[in-house]
Amino acid sequence: MISIKNLSYGVDDEQGKKDILQDIDLEIPDDCFAVITGPNGGGKSTLAKILAGVLTPQKGSIVFDGQDITGMSITDRARAGISYAFQQPVRFKGIEVIDLLRLASGDKALSIGEACEYLSEVGLCARDYIKREVDASLSGGELKRIEIASVLARKSKLAIFDEPEAGIDLWSFNNLIEVFRHIKQSTHGSIIIISHQERILEIADTIIVIENGRIIKQGRKDDILPDILGTASAVGECSVKTQKRAKA
Amino acid sequence: MDNIEKRILEEVLDMHDKMPEGAMNIRLNGEAAERHSTANIDITSRPDGSGININIKPHTKKQTCCIPVVISKTGYKESVINEFFVGEDCDVVIVAGCGIHNCGDQESQHDGLHKFTIGKGSRVKYIERHYGEAADGKTGSRIMSPKTEIYLDEDSVMEMESTQIKGIDSTKRETRAVVGKNAKLILKERLLTNGEQFAESRMDAELVGEGSSADLISRSVATEDSRISFISNIEGKAPCHGHTECDAIIAGNAKVLAVPALDAVDPDAELIHEAAIGKVAGEQLIKLETLGLPREEAEQAILEGFLK
Repeated sequence: MISIKNLSYGVDDEQGKKDILQDIDLEIPDDCFAVITGPNGGGKSTLAKILAGVLTPQKGSIVFDGQDITGMSITDRARAGISYAFQQPVRFKGIEVIDLLRLASGDKALSIGEACEYLSEVGLCARDYIKREVDASLSGGELKRIEIASVLARKSKLAIFDEPEAGIDLWSFNNLIEVFRHIKQSTHGSIIIISHQERILEIADTIIVIENGRIIKQGRKDDILPDILGTASAVGECSVKTQKRAKA
Repeated sequence: MDNIEKRILEEVLDMHDKMPEGAMNIRLNGEAAERHSTANIDITSRPDGSGININIKPHTKKQTCCIPVVISKTGYKESVINEFFVGEDCDVVIVAGCGIHNCGDQESQHDGLHKFTIGKGSRVKYIERHYGEAADGKTGSRIMSPKTEIYLDEDSVMEMESTQIKGIDSTKRETRAVVGKNAKLILKERLLTNGEQFAESRMDAELVGEGSSADLISRSVATEDSRISFISNIEGKAPCHGHTECDAIIAGNAKVLAVPALDAVDPDAELIHEAAIGKVAGEQLIKLETLGLPREEAEQAILEGFLK
């Protein structure tokens, strides 16, 4: 279980201090599939980065499986069982997909067969990708799936995915939903996804809505989803088109 | 050959316990320690004693030729010319390189010129590795200045991979190529410098034949107080394709200079250059830390991958 208490984070900008997250209290129990949603700029990704240790909050605490991890480094959190999939996956010149999966699994001798299983899970034909470099030669959708595979290879107790749908095409998006359905069924551990895609929200156990740096709603999917459908917190695939049409 | 010399040889040839098969010439402190030719690859001493000539018969396929150099004497300096004549329609792998173990406090140096004349339709993969080390407590520097000249006839392909990862204090590399009709040149270089080492690499490709192409790629890592200069130049003298790329990672107080130059002499020459120099990207370190690697191991993994 991960428990966040009274957490706040701000940055200094030209107008002085700007609060990004304020007084966040949140508990994600074990084996829970939670989706954090809300309008852009609300603080969702910042919260994901704080959980992974990439950003340090000014106030509050984070307890993971009974251990206070608030002051822990990224590496120590990873070793404690937290994984984090970047919104914009990082590219590496020279590092091949197999290398990344070996680093992720912590098994230098991870066989190609085992690595291929992770790639198959994210819908990639393993044979075509295993020796590819994780660089600009891969498309956004391919990189995103490899990023997800690297998180799966960690078999961690808590996996955080920051907007897995960002930057990918519709075809890849449809496949991504299937990937997450499958992860939900097969993974033991908690999953937190930052997303405002309706179809990802539909497979959640719990939905948390963050707006202007505060949690404004949280609860079971069936209780929360009807309230937020059609808002910026639950965007359907065709909403962009619908909005354009409405303006016309 | 003693155990140190054998180990140096292994570093240069990147072999594991087993000597490579095929034609072979091992030069140890200026003497031929071992030489054998094969039915298709003939190795002979040059009449003036400056080095060796390697003649590869036309239509030689899937054969290897290794000509490593090992220097284990301190203060030993040499300059060698080796010339390769590759007949038509060949497909061969050539492995060369030099390893210096400096057991004393005097400078050891190997300068070499490798000339390649590659016949019509032939394909050559040329692997060159340079390695240096000093014996414990000794200060003798290791210097290497390899030159390579390549003449590619019609429809031939030369793929050269050069690697200098460790222990060379000063190096000045020059690679020049003249690329004929529909011929293809690929040069890939990996360089790592540390301490106060200095490495300069020049690559010049003259694309003289219609449909010729060149791809000159350098990846380097400069750490501590070391310096690297990379200067590449592609001259397009016919309708051709040229690409040069320099990627460098710097750490500590290291400095890297990259000068990619293009000269489209022919109006139908298509030439591209790219160069990027910078520290290891912070987000790359963060990504590997999220996989459980401490920062130092993350940096090591990034550099190893980059130079692979």
